[in-house]
Amino acid sequence: MFELNRSQKEIQNAARQFAKGEFDSHLALELEESREFPKKIWQKAAGLGFVGIQLPEEYSGGGLGLVEACLIAENFCRVDSTFGMALTLAGAGSEAVARFADAGLKQTILPKICEGELLSGIAFSETDYGLDLSSINTIAKPAGDTILINGKKTHVANLGTNGIYLVLCKTELNQAPPEESLSMVLVKGDQRGMSIEDSGRKFGANMTASATITFDNVTVPGSNLVGKNGKGWSQAGKLLDELKILTAAQALGTAQGALDRALGHVKQREQFNRKLGRFQITRHKIALMATKVELARLITFQAADMFDKGMADSTYISMAKMVSARTAVEVADEAIQLFGGYGYMKESQVERFFRDAKVAELCFGGLTAMKDMIGEAVIGKI
Amino acid sequence: MDILKFSKEHEKFRERLAGFLAKEVTPFMDQWEKDRIVPKSIWKKAGRAGFLCPSVSKEYGGLGGDFLYSVIVSEEFSRIVHSGLAASLHSDVVVPYIESFGSEEQKKKYLPGCVSGDIITAIAMTEPDAGSDLAGMKTTAVGQGDQVVINGSKTFISNGINCDLVVLAAIDPAITDKHQAVSLYLVEDKTPGFKRGRHLDKMGWNSQDTAELFFSDCHIPKANRLGEAGSGFIQLVMKLQQERLVCAMGAVFAAERIMEFANEYCKKTMVKEKPLNRFQAVQFAIVEMTTDVKLGRTFVEKLCADHMEGENIVIETSMAKYWTTDMVNRVAERCMDLFGESAVLESNIMARIKRDARVMSIFAGTNEIMKGIAAKFMGM
Ligand SMILES: Cc1cc2nc3c(=O)[nH]c(=O)nc-3n(C[C@H](O)[C@H](O)[C@H](O)COP(=O)(O)OP(=O)(O)OC[C@H]3O[C@@H](n4cnc5c(N)ncnc54)[C@H](O)[C@@H]3O)c2cc1C
Ligand SMILES: Cc1cc2nc3c(=O)[nH]c(=O)nc-3n(C[C@H](O)[C@H](O)[C@H](O)COP(=O)(O)OP(=O)(O)OC[C@H]3O[C@@H](n4cnc5c(N)ncnc54)[C@H](O)[C@@H]3O)c2cc1C
Repeated sequence: MFELNRSQKEIQNAARQFAKGEFDSHLALELEESREFPKKIWQKAAGLGFVGIQLPEEYSGGGLGLVEACLIAENFCRVDSTFGMALTLAGAGSEAVARFADAGLKQTILPKICEGELLSGIAFSETDYGLDLSSINTIAKPAGDTILINGKKTHVANLGTNGIYLVLCKTELNQAPPEESLSMVLVKGDQRGMSIEDSGRKFGANMTASATITFDNVTVPGSNLVGKNGKGWSQAGKLLDELKILTAAQALGTAQGALDRALGHVKQREQFNRKLGRFQITRHKIALMATKVELARLITFQAADMFDKGMADSTYISMAKMVSARTAVEVADEAIQLFGGYGYMKESQVERFFRDAKVAELCFGGLTAMKDMIGEAVIGKI
Repeated sequence: MDILKFSKEHEKFRERLAGFLAKEVTPFMDQWEKDRIVPKSIWKKAGRAGFLCPSVSKEYGGLGGDFLYSVIVSEEFSRIVHSGLAASLHSDVVVPYIESFGSEEQKKKYLPGCVSGDIITAIAMTEPDAGSDLAGMKTTAVGQGDQVVINGSKTFISNGINCDLVVLAAIDPAITDKHQAVSLYLVEDKTPGFKRGRHLDKMGWNSQDTAELFFSDCHIPKANRLGEAGSGFIQLVMKLQQERLVCAMGAVFAAERIMEFANEYCKKTMVKEKPLNRFQAVQFAIVEMTTDVKLGRTFVEKLCADHMEGENIVIETSMAKYWTTDMVNRVAERCMDLFGESAVLESNIMARIKRDARVMSIFAGTNEIMKGIAAKFMGM
């Protein structure tokens, strides 16, 4: 069975302490209301090495693995799901740059990500119906030593001009299957020809703004091609595996955080001259919540550990994403109920945990998409 | 066959109400959600147009209508997905206390204003330390000559900011039996010693003003007690049946609306070159949810009919309140899953519907309390 080693336990603890010190609950309500990214806290977290922990050390990263990144995600979200999601999504896509880009591009991008100077996001989806990679219609055309991009992307996190986007484009314009015709191109947010449209308030995860981005004859240097031309499909797949595991870890932390709060409440709140925690129904609810959280933890870290050992299994990863996100939604929902009327008030925080959990469940592959993928893999060709 | 028989008069009322809502409410809803409250003027407009307190008898300005008018109001408000102008709460939950237990003088003084919308009402039972355990309330009302002096605090009170008149539950500390200590009082806005606390920020119901109320040495005339001293708890128990039924109706109507949105969405949205509703998993989900909604509708309509016959349906109403409010939340969430990523955006109505629905399993008695009541009346 997978177990944390000493340095991993230290990271777990450090992430917990940092979050407890920095994630102020009033500030959380304010930033969620104004939909602001917690810039100062992000920079502080970067200074302490919590950002880019799995990026190589030569580019100021932590040189560690996905397990460590998950420990940070879990513990950040446990303390506060909205801060946690914003900080752990801040460098989305940078893993692919580290893995596939050439040295020059890595050198200009990665240190800035690790030092909290640059946000990055992935621009893959083109509709609300997600990552059906075969229907990508954003075109990247080589033009001398530059690349010309045209198209439109939806649900891109970390909007803003002060960042970079990893854009999945079609580069082979013949009838080649997507496995051979897609490529990833890095684009800066302030590039001419880009229009970034804020998607507005979301159900949750409101410290991370999402956008629809239109590329109208956007020109980037040819060296911004990340990895090999035409290999975008498998590269994106690997990146999404990684992001699904990270999302599972965020959801796990969100579930644990909601459970922590519910537990605190039922041990202290009295009705009918009894602590809520003395009612049999309450005890059974807590029992189920705690069991679900343990299951989510097992499958999430198993998936992360396999990934780090080079044994990533996309089916298992989808299972982890599905189970962990479902757990977060159910546990946070029950937490609201256990808090009674107070659970419906923003002040109680659990309603926000619920909303964030639902976003984690819907993003990077919702229930239907996960079941489709898992079903296809388990049944195989028939 | 219809369980509820709506007459031509009812249908005319429904049409007028739908027209009123389309003109006076729908265009302003987004703004009111931002404001976290509706303007008092909309209450007056609704009242003047005849949509508040249809059950109040004609001599006090009402329609003297039956419970079907309440059903219609609830249904039409659900259709536009609006919570702020809490007409059902005012007309079917709070005002009935005055109608049923008020003295002739009280009725003459307050009911016409309740009907016209000049008097917005609230009911204040819940306290910071007494929610489910209503009898554990600590707000006191102590007689002093021909006055009563009130001290204590209430929380999570709907219409808490806008209300002009509060039906307040308080205990006489001299009486040791917790249930017999409770009486209901009418407290007017601007009575010295009655203050609003915080206007609370919530997950949903954002155009509804939920607030804390504080009473410190608040003097009201003794004549403002509703009914006999010590009858408050029984009065509450008598009226809570209707409150829970209203809540169950609201849940079913909201779920029906959600299914309309879902059907529309899954018909027009193309995935992999075919409409979403051509996928087997989507079809089964829609069939299962529609079955739930229809079961809910049938149950609730039957209870409305029984309620109008004056039958005792405590057990069934408690069951309906818990089942329908869980159901609407289940349906809302499952539809978000069907909608996928687009349900994440607040520009998609599903997001707000889910936030609004979540409160239903908590207020008007939590769903755990509903099951407890049913168990008790089933003799367990
Ligand atoms: C906070 C946040 C950050 C994000 N960041 C980014 C980002 O940086 N870059 C980016 O590109 N994207 C981002 N996304 C979007 C994310 O990648 C999306 O989750 C992704 O587009 C989901 O795609 P999916 O294919 O997994 O499908 P889903 O969105 O899960 O699929 C959508 C829906 O399609 C329907 N569906 C599809 N196929 C079928 C079928 N066969 N049968 C029945 N129904 C079907 C289902 O209803 C399903 O739920 C973000 C999202 C959020 C919320
Ligand atoms: C938006 C909103 C509007 C409201 N409007 C009004 C209003 O207008 N007037 C008013 O008076 N009140 C109002 N309320 C208050 C509402 O009725 C109470 O919140 C509700 O009754 C629960 O009480 P509580 O919040 O104190 O929760 P608690 O009673 O503390 O309950 C907490 C949890 O413990 C559970 N629990 C309690 N007792 C038991 C038991 N014996 N066995 C098992 N589980 C138990 C509950 O089910 C719940 O899950 C409103 C609430 C909200 C959220």
